[in-house]
Amino acid sequence: MLFTSYSFILFLTVMFLLYYAVPKKCQWMLLLAGSYCFYAYSGIHFLAFILLTTVSTWYSARRITRIQEQQAAYLKEHKASMDKEQKKRYKASMKKKTKRWMLTCILLNIGLLAVLKYTDFVISNINGIFHTGLTFMNFALPLGISFYTFQSMGYLLDVYRAKYPAQENAAKFALFVSFFPQVIQGPISRYNDLSGTLYEPHSLEWRNISYGIQRICWGFFKKLVIADRLLVAVKSLVSAPDEYMGVYVVLVIFFYAIELYADFTGGIDITIGIAQVFGVKLAENFERPFFSKNITEYWRRWHITMGTWFKDYIFYPISVCPWMLRLSKKSREVFGKAIGKRVPVYLATAIVWFTTGLWHGASWNFIVWGMLNFLVIVISQELEPLYAKFHNRFHVSGKTWYNAFQILRTFWLMGAIRILDVYRDVPLSFRQVGSIFTTANWNELFNGGVMRLGLTMPDYLVLVLGALVMLAVSLAGRSGSVRDKLAAKPVPVRYLVYYALILSILVLGAYGIGYDSSQFIYNQF
Amino acid sequence: MEVLLEILKGLHPEVDFETCDTLIDDKILDSFDIISIITEINTEYDVAVPAEEIIPENFNSAEALYDLVERLQDED
Repeated sequence: MLFTSYSFILFLTVMFLLYYAVPKKCQWMLLLAGSYCFYAYSGIHFLAFILLTTVSTWYSARRITRIQEQQAAYLKEHKASMDKEQKKRYKASMKKKTKRWMLTCILLNIGLLAVLKYTDFVISNINGIFHTGLTFMNFALPLGISFYTFQSMGYLLDVYRAKYPAQENAAKFALFVSFFPQVIQGPISRYNDLSGTLYEPHSLEWRNISYGIQRICWGFFKKLVIADRLLVAVKSLVSAPDEYMGVYVVLVIFFYAIELYADFTGGIDITIGIAQVFGVKLAENFERPFFSKNITEYWRRWHITMGTWFKDYIFYPISVCPWMLRLSKKSREVFGKAIGKRVPVYLATAIVWFTTGLWHGASWNFIVWGMLNFLVIVISQELEPLYAKFHNRFHVSGKTWYNAFQILRTFWLMGAIRILDVYRDVPLSFRQVGSIFTTANWNELFNGGVMRLGLTMPDYLVLVLGALVMLAVSLAGRSGSVRDKLAAKPVPVRYLVYYALILSILVLGAYGIGYDSSQFIYNQF
Repeated sequence: MEVLLEILKGLHPEVDFETCDTLIDDKILDSFDIISIITEINTEYDVAVPAEEIIPENFNSAEALYDLVERLQDED
């Protein structure tokens, strides 16, 4: 059930009416029932997968908390009679037990995700290398499996780290895993952030309803008016790569950057807006990423909840694990201090980006995409002292023109790497980017070339205006909530903006004959 | 504390680590810095900082970091 489909809008309306009609203590139960109905709509058999993750994680986390409570009680009782060494041994033995539960649960869930998502990728590589004819399994992926698995594993690891105790109520935990606005494309929530707002009773508040609907409409605008319209041009360009080289690849980079931004941030706007209508506060996933001045900053501001997930649950644990520290020590002895201290950071970063690539899709283009991100980050890190010297020598830091240069450089660099996501073929992607420098066809831009991509002049006009509105809203958001600013305006101005937004979605949305809004790009991950 | 301050100054000579208590909040230390600090602490103090201790409260100031080292040494 797509967010942009009529059936979803009907489902949402029914949920909304029921939510504020049922007794407040039952609201979270209604959300759970609604989330499972929403999930079952994608295929009733998929419920088995999300249930398996829910039950296994809930049970394992509870066992871990039990062991931790048992440990605390035992240490309190025997505080006086135990010496330091005995306490240490006891703690280690209990840690071993919690670790067993944590690892078993992770192996089960990540194993399930890996089997469903990566079996055919492994088979195709085996067939390619050994010239075998193994049959593909063609497993259908359960809706949002990458998102809900990561969210559940984050919870499990937090409980293992004793950040908070496990949720005792299985049904409440099931809602945390399956909450329908976020199950398809995130954000990947943290239990301690979401649980309070998800389970607590909510009164009908005009502000939540109004702000939530505004955010939903804004998401629809980005998705239907901008992303789905640009998709037409991107599809034309990508479907005939031999025809569209050189300057057209620059167009692909530019169009796809805007399309992906409008699609993904639009989807997240709808998600956060829906949650707000129900009084639930979800984490923000973007912070004006296209204003980033370097790639590290870009990844701090794009898909924030995924980035922090990888940082907290993969990057840090790998960087500081005993074997990595031993490796670092050994490297210092062999290669010296300067290289030795880089070993854990760069090795963990490489693993994180390899995993991030794999998470996005079971194909080599995503893995190469991840490793290119890693390469650029490492090069930037190594060139840092050189940049500092340059900035000091020429006093360019903070200058508007230099900021603009850094922002544009990051935008185009990220766009060039993202091309692997567009063509989905590694050699083709490199060939296409290379053609920018070898094919001199810039004049075609002005000879009607862009008019052959399936978009008309009014479409381009809508896109330019739409992109300018997105830019203006983004800039206005730097100094506080845009909706707060709008709420402070006189009533006629406010309603003019609301009507203009709704009207533009209805009139300018990329509907066309036999309209069927395209899938959100991040739904497939 | 002297050793720890030296480690920190080695990463960011321009920062006054004796007074600054917003090293994470103000994004002065990034994740690369944090891992460098942890590996240096491991070498200098022979203490392993586990991943669950990598939270802003433990890395926001040199003092908080030193408290963490002492606590981990005590637990060890």
